[in-house]
Amino acid sequence: MNRIQERFRALRQGGRPALVPFITAGDPEPAATVELMHELVRAGADLIELGVPFTDPMADGPVIQHASERALAHGVSLRDVLGMVAEFRSSDPETPVILMGYLNPVEAMGYAEYARRAAEAGVDGSLVVDMPPEEAGDFLEACRERGLETIFLVAPTTAEERMDLICRAAGGFVYYVSLKGVTGSDQLDVSVLGEKLGQIRRHTDVPVGIGFGIKDAATAAAVGRLADAVVVGSALVSRIEAHGADRERLRREVHGFIGELRQALDRE
Amino acid sequence: MPEPKLESEFPVIPDDLPDERGHFGRYGGRFVAETLIRPLEELTAAYRRYRDDPEFLSELDRDFRHYVGRPSPLYEAERWSRELGGARIFLKREDLNHTGAHKVNNTIGQALLARRMGKTRIIAETGAGQHGVATATVAARLGLECVVYMGEVDVARQAINVYRMKLLGAEVVPVSSGSKTLKDALNEALRDWVTHVDDTFYIIGTVAGPHPYPEMVRDFQTVIGRETREQCLELTGRLPDALVACVGGGSNAIGLFHPFIGEESVAMYGVEAAGEGIATGRHAAPLNAGRPGVLHGNRTYLMEDENGQILETHSISAGLDYPGVGPEHAWLKDSGRATYVAIEDGEALEAFHTLTRIEGIIPALESSHALAWAARLAPQMDRDQIIVVNLSGRGDKDIHTVAELEGIRF
Repeated sequence: MNRIQERFRALRQGGRPALVPFITAGDPEPAATVELMHELVRAGADLIELGVPFTDPMADGPVIQHASERALAHGVSLRDVLGMVAEFRSSDPETPVILMGYLNPVEAMGYAEYARRAAEAGVDGSLVVDMPPEEAGDFLEACRERGLETIFLVAPTTAEERMDLICRAAGGFVYYVSLKGVTGSDQLDVSVLGEKLGQIRRHTDVPVGIGFGIKDAATAAAVGRLADAVVVGSALVSRIEAHGADRERLRREVHGFIGELRQALDRE
Repeated sequence: MPEPKLESEFPVIPDDLPDERGHFGRYGGRFVAETLIRPLEELTAAYRRYRDDPEFLSELDRDFRHYVGRPSPLYEAERWSRELGGARIFLKREDLNHTGAHKVNNTIGQALLARRMGKTRIIAETGAGQHGVATATVAARLGLECVVYMGEVDVARQAINVYRMKLLGAEVVPVSSGSKTLKDALNEALRDWVTHVDDTFYIIGTVAGPHPYPEMVRDFQTVIGRETREQCLELTGRLPDALVACVGGGSNAIGLFHPFIGEESVAMYGVEAAGEGIATGRHAAPLNAGRPGVLHGNRTYLMEDENGQILETHSISAGLDYPGVGPEHAWLKDSGRATYVAIEDGEALEAFHTLTRIEGIIPALESSHALAWAARLAPQMDRDQIIVVNLSGRGDKDIHTVAELEGIRF
C-alpha cells in the first residue's frame, strides 16, 4: 500500500475528508517551497499537490499562471521540483506528494526517466492536466513500474460512458473538476456536485477529490461533506502572491488559511 | 442563375491519416484537459456528419465562389521566372481571396459548421490578425458574436488589423500572459472555450491543436491544392514538379500539399522562418531546429528548452511567429515525403521587394519566405519544369513593417 492509499484509509477511519492544498513549486522563490510544504502539513494538510511550472498553463486561471511565471523567472525546472520533493521527504516520510502539471516537461525528461527520478525523490503520484487516459498508455506503464499513481480528472462535461475509461486508468484518487472553467474561477455551485459524485462512485472505489473554485472555509466545508478530498489551489496561491516578499508573514498567512479550512472540515 | 456545380468532391483525401483518434504516426492526438474532451468529440461527430452532407458542401462551395472569389487564379510569373533563369514559376493567388489570405477558406467552413451545431458565439486566436479578421468577417456575415484573443505584443504591432476586427463587430481581447504573442493567445482562447463550452465554437486558424482541428482545417484548405492540380493540368498539361509554401502552423502549406501527397513526382517544400538565423536561436523553425513534444493539444515538433519549457520565437512575419507546427507536417517531415527548409528575415524581405517590383504583386511577408525559397530552387531546375508557390496572402498588412525597416514613418 502506498502513501496515498494509506492516508485515505486512515482518513476514512476517522470519517474526515482530506485537505489537499496546491502550491506551485518555486513560487515565490525556489528556497521557499520546502519550508512552505512543511508549514502546510503543520497547519493540517493531508496531501500536498505541488505544481510543476510550465510556460503555457492552458487550464489555469491568472493566479496560477502568475505563480508559474514567478517560478520560471527563477529557472525552476522539473528536475529542481523533484529535488524539492526529495528535500521535503527527508524530514517528512508520511505526507503524500502529488505533482501536478503539463505533459511537455515530462516528455522532455522521458517517461521512464521521470518515473525513476520521481519515485526516488519520494513523489507518490502525478496529475498531468493535458494527458487524458486515451493518450496515457506509455506514461501509465512507466509509472506503474515505479509504484507511482496517476490521478485523472473528471469534468462536468464528462459523459458517463467515459467514466469507466477514466476510473480504470486512475490511481490514488479521481479529481473532479467542479466547474466548467479554469483554475480559480468563481462559479462553484455545490448543489450540483452530488449527482456527478454519485455517477463517479458507481464506477470506482477510489477516493474522489474535488477542486477548482474552492475559495473559503464555508465552501470547503460544503464540498467536504460530499467528497473524500478537498483541493484548494488559487485561493492559497493568491496569498503567496500577496505576501511572497515577507517570508515570516507568508508563513503565518498560509498557516492561518489552511488552519481555517482544516477546522471547517473537521467541524462537519 | 443556375446553381454552380461542385467542381470536385470534398474533401479529397489520398491517404488515410489521421487515424480515428487524430494521430499522424506518432504525432497529433488530443492532449487537452478533460473538460474539453466532450466538446471535441461533439465537434468531431458534427464534422464527420457534415463533411459528406451534400447541402453543407454546396453551401460551402457557393460561399467559396461568391463570397471568397474562388477559384483563385494560378498565375505564371513569367518575368520573374525568366530573370531567375530556370523553372517556370506559377503563383497560386490566395492573396486575391476576400480578406486577403487563405485563412478565410477555413473560417467559412468552420463558421458554417458552428451554425449547424447551434453555437451562437465564436472565439478565435490570432497572431498577425489575418485569421482574426477572417473570423470576424464570417461572424459578421452570419450574425454570430465574436471574440478574438491576440497577444499584447501583436496588438501593438498590428494596429490596423485590430481596428479592422473591431469594425467588423468583434471584441479583441489583448493577452498579457507569457510571451504575449500567438501561443499565449491560443492558451487564452482555450481557457475561454473551457469556460463557455455550451454556446461557444472555437475556430482555430491553423492545422494544429487537438483532434479534429488538424484534419478539419486541412480539409477546408485542400481547396487550394485541388484547384492548383486542375489549373496546372489545364494550363500546362502536366502536374507541377515542385510545390513551395511557407509554414507557421502550416495550414496554407498542407492545403496545397495534401492533394499531391500521392503523386511521387511532385516535390514538396515547406519553408519555415529562420528569423535572424537558426544559429542565433532567434527564429521560428521547429521542424528545422526543434524536437517533438506536446503543446496546444497535439504532439508535434516544438521549440523548447532542455526542460520542456516553450521558447519564444522570432520572425519578421507575425504569422510565422509560432513555436509549434501542425502534426501532419511533423509526420511528412519524418516520412521524408516533404522537405522543410528555413529562410531568414533578410532573404524573405528581398523576395518581398523582388516580386513587388517585377510582377506588380505585393506579397505577405509570410508568403515571401516561400518566394525566397522558390528563387533559390528555380535556377537549379530545367526551363520546362514547373514550380507552384502558394502566395498565401497579400502584403498590404505588412507595408508598415517594411517601411519602418527602411526608416520611413507615416
